Amino acid sequence: MATAKPTASSRLLPAPIGAAMVILLIAPLILSDFRLGLLAKYLTYAIVALGLDLLWGYTGMLSLGHGVFFGLGAYCAGMYLKLEATRATGEAMPDFMVWSGLKALPAFWEPFGSPAFAVMMAILVPATLASILGYLACRSRIKDVYFSLITQAVALIIPILLIGQQGYTGGTNGVTNFGTLFGASLKERPTQIVLYLATVLVLALSFVLSRWVVRSRFGRLLVAVRDDEQRVRFLGYNLTAVKVGVYALSAALAGVAGMMFVPQVGIISPAMLGIVPSVEMVVWVAVGGRGTLIGPIIGAIVVSAAKSTLSESFPDTWQYLLGALFVAVVIWFPQGLTGLRISHVIGRFTGRTADRDLADATHGTSTGKERQL
Amino acid sequence: MDLLLLQLFNGLSVGSILLLVALGLVLSFGLMGVINMAHGELIMIGAYCAFVTQTTAAKLFGGTAPAISYLIAVVLAFAVAALFGWVLEVVLIQRLYRRPLDTLLATWGVGLMLQQLARSVFGAPNVQVVSPAWLNGGLAVTGSLSLSYKRLFILGLAAFALVAVWAYLQRTGAGRRVRAVMQNREIASSLGVHTRQVDATTFAIGSGLAGVAGCAVALLGPVGPALGTYYIVDAFMVVVLGGAGQIVGATVAAFAVGGLNMAFELGSTASLGKVAVLIVVIAFLQWRPAGLIVRRTR
Repeated sequence: MATAKPTASSRLLPAPIGAAMVILLIAPLILSDFRLGLLAKYLTYAIVALGLDLLWGYTGMLSLGHGVFFGLGAYCAGMYLKLEATRATGEAMPDFMVWSGLKALPAFWEPFGSPAFAVMMAILVPATLASILGYLACRSRIKDVYFSLITQAVALIIPILLIGQQGYTGGTNGVTNFGTLFGASLKERPTQIVLYLATVLVLALSFVLSRWVVRSRFGRLLVAVRDDEQRVRFLGYNLTAVKVGVYALSAALAGVAGMMFVPQVGIISPAMLGIVPSVEMVVWVAVGGRGTLIGPIIGAIVVSAAKSTLSESFPDTWQYLLGALFVAVVIWFPQGLTGLRISHVIGRFTGRTADRDLADATHGTSTGKERQL
Repeated sequence: MDLLLLQLFNGLSVGSILLLVALGLVLSFGLMGVINMAHGELIMIGAYCAFVTQTTAAKLFGGTAPAISYLIAVVLAFAVAALFGWVLEVVLIQRLYRRPLDTLLATWGVGLMLQQLARSVFGAPNVQVVSPAWLNGGLAVTGSLSLSYKRLFILGLAAFALVAVWAYLQRTGAGRRVRAVMQNREIASSLGVHTRQVDATTFAIGSGLAGVAGCAVALLGPVGPALGTYYIVDAFMVVVLGGAGQIVGATVAAFAVGGLNMAFELGSTASLGKVAVLIVVIAFLQWRPAGLIVRRTR
């Protein structure tokens, strides 16, 4: 498994990653406001993909509900922005609360007036929800397909809850109409560039963190859980702790991504955290290459860019293409774009059938005995 | 009191639809360990079959479709959805054998394509299936309580499907082979059971049942490309709750989920009902992780 063993050349930051960093840093000089905004959005998606990959690519737990964690982080940041916007106009509470007939700002909104609290919550709320869900799931040994289905059910109900509590959450419209961040208008170019650079920084930090995690003892354990969960259990490891830990970390990364997403896109609504966006997050990882760290980042950017380009001009074709992408990636390129580069070329020269390697590397939870649920 | 009875009846009705939807999922999950994410789109296909049959019959017989045409639609929906399922199994799922998570993703992709196909063929707006005259009205129980014939018919349909599946599994040679593969694929295979064929046939039957479910829900509301998505997550919960490959488990679970939905809806709101169902499912799995009924394996 090439991805789990650090080779000598990859001990330092590999050259392509350094080059990519340089490109990302000079992008504000080249791109228009609109393009830069899009790129910033894709970079926040890349952070989600990174976290999802730790969970799925490395640990073999497929979450079909990561949109929820992304959304919760986004809502936390959105609440702060909304309160700042409300303060600026001198009103007592956000517009949608007035429309829903609320008399006063709900108590749980109050602390979100502090940016530090909002940031903390954007990380803690998703991580806590994931810990609770993960604990309940692992305790009763819900895994594989069962785990995926439960997480999907969560992605179904959280938007329903948000829509139902219109007075507290803004309902279907979500939280929007922000004005400023720390007094700087969100619409102006300098603010946009600072936010973009902050996103690049957060992505870089997330990458370094993920890299550190997968190379640590804990990271080895994650791969071991993916490849043979029973064996890890019998070796005496606390499987629940490992799984809950990685699930919470993954959810926290998604929350951070959501927090970076909101000021740049200017809205968070329940539609952004349902089943469909959650599955799209999985496809970013699948297309980029699960079980690698650079893959999900590439996947998130490439797929989202393709979506923006194609769904505007050919909305019908995009649906077919996205569907076909799911199928093609799973059947022919289980290691995604990064796998295409390394394994296919190597496989061709060494005569090893790449497919067999790919299959082994990318779905650890597949041995016969694992299927006995 | 009447409201309570009506809500109980509605719970049974939702349960019967879920049962029709989940039977196929439960069978293929028990047999192959895979979940078909495109199952909801097979429901949608069944519903469109009802629509197409109706419009065609109306054209042929000038104006109104004859009473029998809906029954023909049910049979047709089974056949068409089963065909789709069979192709899906042979072309895609068989290649992903023992990769359950990859199967989830691939079938999700197929679902996306099928939804778009429906949009291309029938257009994005919903279409309406006019229920046949003999299903209009209801059975008056008390003065203010009447049970709609449509929902009674769907209950009957689900009961029929349940008995048919049971008889197939327990009373036919093909069904015995299905049970053998479910118990132990390798041994069954080495004793001469053509496991691939068993997989494909079972999957096709399960898909056909989804088609029948589609026909049933077409009676209750508008038919659109995303029709299946309304039922599918609940159906997954039925599978999780009922246990893999367990017909009895699925039946109990389907009516439990249907009943819970309605009970919580009565007590609070529909949105909280969904939340409550999920919480109950997770809580239940703490007690019985493998679902209501567990298959014994050696």
